[in-house]
Amino acid sequence: MITAERKPLDEILALLGDAKQVLVAGCETCVAVCLTGGEKEAEILASELRIKAKEDHRKLTCEHTSAIRQCEWEYLDMIAEKVGEYDVVLSMACGIGIQSMAEKFAPKLVLPAVNTNMLGMPQEHAVWLERCVACGDCRIGLTGGVCPVVRCSKSLMNGPCGGSHDGLCEVRHDNEDIECAWALIYERLKAQGREELMLEERPPKDWSLSSSGGPRKMVREEAKPV
Amino acid sequence: MSKTTSLKAGSRLEKILAEGTFAVSGECGPPKSADGSVIAEKAKLLTGYVDAVNITDNQTAVVRIASLPSAVIAQQNGMEAILQVTCRDRNRLAMQADILGAAALDVKNVLCLTGDHMSFGNHPQAKGVHDLDSINLIRMFKDMRDEKKFQCGDEMTVEPRLFIGCAENPFADPFELRVHRLRKKILAGADFVQTQCIFNIPKFKTWMEQVRAEGLHQEIKILAGITPIKGAGMAKYMKNFVPGMDVPQEIVDRVASKEKGEPQQAEGKKLAVEMIKELAEVEGVAGVHIMAVEWEPAVPEIVEAAGLLPRPVVN
Repeated sequence: MITAERKPLDEILALLGDAKQVLVAGCETCVAVCLTGGEKEAEILASELRIKAKEDHRKLTCEHTSAIRQCEWEYLDMIAEKVGEYDVVLSMACGIGIQSMAEKFAPKLVLPAVNTNMLGMPQEHAVWLERCVACGDCRIGLTGGVCPVVRCSKSLMNGPCGGSHDGLCEVRHDNEDIECAWALIYERLKAQGREELMLEERPPKDWSLSSSGGPRKMVREEAKPV
Repeated sequence: MSKTTSLKAGSRLEKILAEGTFAVSGECGPPKSADGSVIAEKAKLLTGYVDAVNITDNQTAVVRIASLPSAVIAQQNGMEAILQVTCRDRNRLAMQADILGAAALDVKNVLCLTGDHMSFGNHPQAKGVHDLDSINLIRMFKDMRDEKKFQCGDEMTVEPRLFIGCAENPFADPFELRVHRLRKKILAGADFVQTQCIFNIPKFKTWMEQVRAEGLHQEIKILAGITPIKGAGMAKYMKNFVPGMDVPQEIVDRVASKEKGEPQQAEGKKLAVEMIKELAEVEGVAGVHIMAVEWEPAVPEIVEAAGLLPRPVVN
């Protein structure tokens, strides 16, 4: 799933400037599941903004709404009327949802209230781990189901660097240890009896299939309406 | 085929290793300023004591004079360079362009590295490139040299003649993979390898046993890494904070048992000399790579005390 974290209130206030009519728009899909931008969180943010405006003696009309999915046109139609009543939309959807809103309701000012951070897996309640970068060229069939592109800090394709120690990466994130992806790959391949895959030389990755190739487009001709 | 024509690059380092002479390489970190005279001075200091010197590439992810111009400055001052190239800062276009430039400027030795992660350096917010990994890099340079082909497959008229090196850390985990990884690097095209600095000699010897069991020492020239310890503080720091280092407690204790300053430095140099002598006896070790981090003045004394002088003259 796509995960996101809410921006700090000060950053949101700076983005809003002197906006007088603000609609906070949640999204009921990924950002709701990761407890960041669903209807409940949109309601809370709208309350925070109203309280802050009151404290600062500013006039502000601020309500909230939520779309089933901000990334699909038909769900945006369902909130179009409400959006029309406000000068500014503060979207709590992922980057896809925010851009869909901005495009659908252009030139209305649509601002992000969250930072979209990863394609993550819920490891346990309230904990998500990055598992995919959508590189467009999946190799995990050769790496025991562990992605070295995103889980190795250096995206190595040919085994662990010299910094792998006790199953851990030399890099730490937010002062926490990270597992060495290649140690995990090796252990998984051994358990599968396929450790000889470690010896094969993997060629350079084709990054043109990732965002390095420019914005990507997928078309399923067979699914298009005739 | 004569010995000369079978050389891949004809560098001094390659010739010395090809002759079976015990080689000595050193290391020179370019400065964190535009002062090229620092490199010239380090080069002059090491001339006659090491056969070639690694020119580091933004080592520990800290910005310094780039390795290619630094290598040229070193060579202008009489010291053969081993150009370090990391995958962290440049993509395949830049690395190929740089290596063509290196060859055009008569830099013949190259060391292919992944590179320390950005988070260790002074620009932790930088985007890591990592377009290729070090094995891809070795293969790319080998194909440029042997096939006259760019990574994309396009052909070139004049190929870069390179003596291609790699690094390996016998002390990293998973331990049993370290020899496989060396073999992968050999198959990709590495001609020589410099190891991570060795303090745990028994573990290094175990690794070398595995290397010999697979016959890899006959396919690649192995230079054992040595770092003279300047003081107990440095030993403790390396033991506890430098990724991939294996510094046994007795090494720390031995240096710490001496007075701070000159006595600890003397002990560090003595230890380095003892280790070089012991490593030189290990079958399959073709030379040493002395990494005296910001302590280059210690190198001549260590090389001399290890009985490695005079360095051979090659044509």
